Amino acid sequence: MSDTATQGTGRRAWYEPDAKLKRRHAADRRLRAYGIAAIVFALAMLATLVVTIAITAAPAVTQTMVTLEVEVPEGAVNPSDPRGGSYQKILNESVARIFPEVDTPRELRELRQLFSNGGQYALRDKVVADPSLIGRTFEVVFPLSDIGDQLHKGVIDRDLPRDQRRVSDEQVGWYDRLVEQGRISAPLNWGLIFNADSRFPELAGLWGALVGSFYALLICFLVSFPVGIAAAVYLEEFAPKNRFTDLIEVNINNLAAVPSIVFGLLGLAVFLNFFGMPRSAPIVGGLVLSLMTLPTIIIATRAALKAVPPSIREAAIGVGASRMQTVGHHVLPLAMPGILTGTIIGLAQALGETAPLLLIGMNAFITAAPDSMFNPSTALPTQIYIWADSPERGFTSRTSAAIIVLLGFLVCMNAIAIYMRKRFERRWS
Amino acid sequence: MTTLDTTEASGMIMNKTAEEAGALAKAVSTAKAGHETKIAASKVSVFYGDKQALFDVSIDIPARQVMAFIGPSGCGKSTFLRCINRMNDTIDNCSVKGTIEIDGANIYDPKIDPVLLRARVGMVFQKPNPFPKSIYDNIAYGPRIHGVAKAGSAMDEIVERSLQRAALWNEVKDRLDQPGTGLSGGQQQRLCIARAIAVNPDIILMDEPCSALDPIATAKVEELIDELRAQYTIVIVTHSMQQAARVSQKAAFFHLGNLIEVDETDKMFTNPSDQRTQDYITGRFG
Repeated sequence: MSDTATQGTGRRAWYEPDAKLKRRHAADRRLRAYGIAAIVFALAMLATLVVTIAITAAPAVTQTMVTLEVEVPEGAVNPSDPRGGSYQKILNESVARIFPEVDTPRELRELRQLFSNGGQYALRDKVVADPSLIGRTFEVVFPLSDIGDQLHKGVIDRDLPRDQRRVSDEQVGWYDRLVEQGRISAPLNWGLIFNADSRFPELAGLWGALVGSFYALLICFLVSFPVGIAAAVYLEEFAPKNRFTDLIEVNINNLAAVPSIVFGLLGLAVFLNFFGMPRSAPIVGGLVLSLMTLPTIIIATRAALKAVPPSIREAAIGVGASRMQTVGHHVLPLAMPGILTGTIIGLAQALGETAPLLLIGMNAFITAAPDSMFNPSTALPTQIYIWADSPERGFTSRTSAAIIVLLGFLVCMNAIAIYMRKRFERRWS
Repeated sequence: MTTLDTTEASGMIMNKTAEEAGALAKAVSTAKAGHETKIAASKVSVFYGDKQALFDVSIDIPARQVMAFIGPSGCGKSTFLRCINRMNDTIDNCSVKGTIEIDGANIYDPKIDPVLLRARVGMVFQKPNPFPKSIYDNIAYGPRIHGVAKAGSAMDEIVERSLQRAALWNEVKDRLDQPGTGLSGGQQQRLCIARAIAVNPDIILMDEPCSALDPIATAKVEELIDELRAQYTIVIVTHSMQQAARVSQKAAFFHLGNLIEVDETDKMFTNPSDQRTQDYITGRFG
């Protein structure tokens, strides 16, 4: 034996690598390089995505506002019913005081295009809040229209020839005069969060979508969490292991992989057409999303229950706990961190889900946040879908900003899930 | 008819406070002289699916003594032990034939509720398995679910008495609110014994209680077992012949699912009647 060994190594010392060993090490290094390359590629893609969205969204961080002195004449607004005044007319008059030379109807129309349609409402709200303003002159701050906003942010290039840009030379001149008079400001765009949707990008915000998504997720949680846990506990702790329960398990796993639009069709057929529930309402959205989230929660809960050591079950049964007590007092509390982690990840998935909500009409154009979960509403992803489809330039940046808001929520939810997993994992060992 | 009576009697004992029940059990035990049979198994066979793990085991286990089950791995001693408190019920494909009577009542009678049975037959497992709760809650859990005592001073008393009987009180009395999982292995196992005692059982089953412990902790647990046999009937499964010799008065030798021999421990270790017992004890197999 030892003879052949010495012959095999030949004249080489035992520590000198032969060609085969070198090839093995080279293969190792190659594999490692491929892995690093894949990760770098993935990170680069992610960075590109995030940077692109951030750059596109940047203009939406601020909103260009104009400050006007407005005089509300005594007779124009009835103090006992300040809502009924003709505020657009009052506003037009104060604009005319700044630009007295504008008089042709075409020019007047172009001038008004520079100011947001929301100006009259800003003025109205101010007067309604304080009726003593009637008969006085005071300052009102309201958004410029989309073209004014884009001009201010440089998205519309004023050096382009007239036939290639969306603003006329006069409009540029009027805008410049507003800037000279110090009437233009660009504060943080809180309206993006706290306004409901609008036809006009400068007025459009995510509030309706946020409330709608909140209601939908609330319904989704209230339905899928208890049902999912009950199903998982039964399957894991009580059900006999036979062909039938195997079939159920396979089907639950398959259900988790069903395309979401199929759930949308199901919701359309069952909740809207059969049960006659309100179209576009968060309650239907939540129910459809809970159908999708259920398999995720069941699978996560079963995994969490499996991870609880059997010795805990034996201990409880050994002192005379019933099966229900064993599960309720010991197994379920120990599995809860895992269950909650799975639930949060399932809800995060549901938050970003678009297709099923489109089918049940949550992509409607709705200009007020829903009062309840039975009112029509949009959700964050469908709002992004609507905005992405809108032709106005202002919606381009707002779409990206909305994507950032959605991503922010998703990152937060996943961070909570990871934190809980780290914080509570394997406390019993 | 007799079965029913006994069940009801035991139920009544359960419903009284732990103290009364203990006193009653003691009175009954002192009234009867000697070591009457506590557990009587006859022709017990256990099947895991199609596989038979235990063949017609018949054995009488005397009260207030330590009975040791010895035998090589896979001989069915743990399986039989887990029949005595119907722990095998929790295994899906496991079925038990034959009868096991505790105080004359067949525990496999459909009238017997395994939950009540397990309150009378406590169990200590191979690996210490305290609940990941406070020391106090570990002990209080059993009395609480059986309604023996509500929270408050009555419960405090049960916790203290159980820990004292398990010789753990002095070590943990200042940190009852700390998790039971934070104790050392030996302390954890004594906590598990205290937990079993807390529901005031007659019988304590121990499935290799010292196999995960170091020699010092083992000595403490063995000492405890010796003290406990004054009040409880103890059945212990052990791989260690020395341990069986130290703690038990009677021993039963299992081999390949059969009960080979039951005898006084002293006699079995010095003069076994079966050749297989002789071979196992002298280390020829196992």
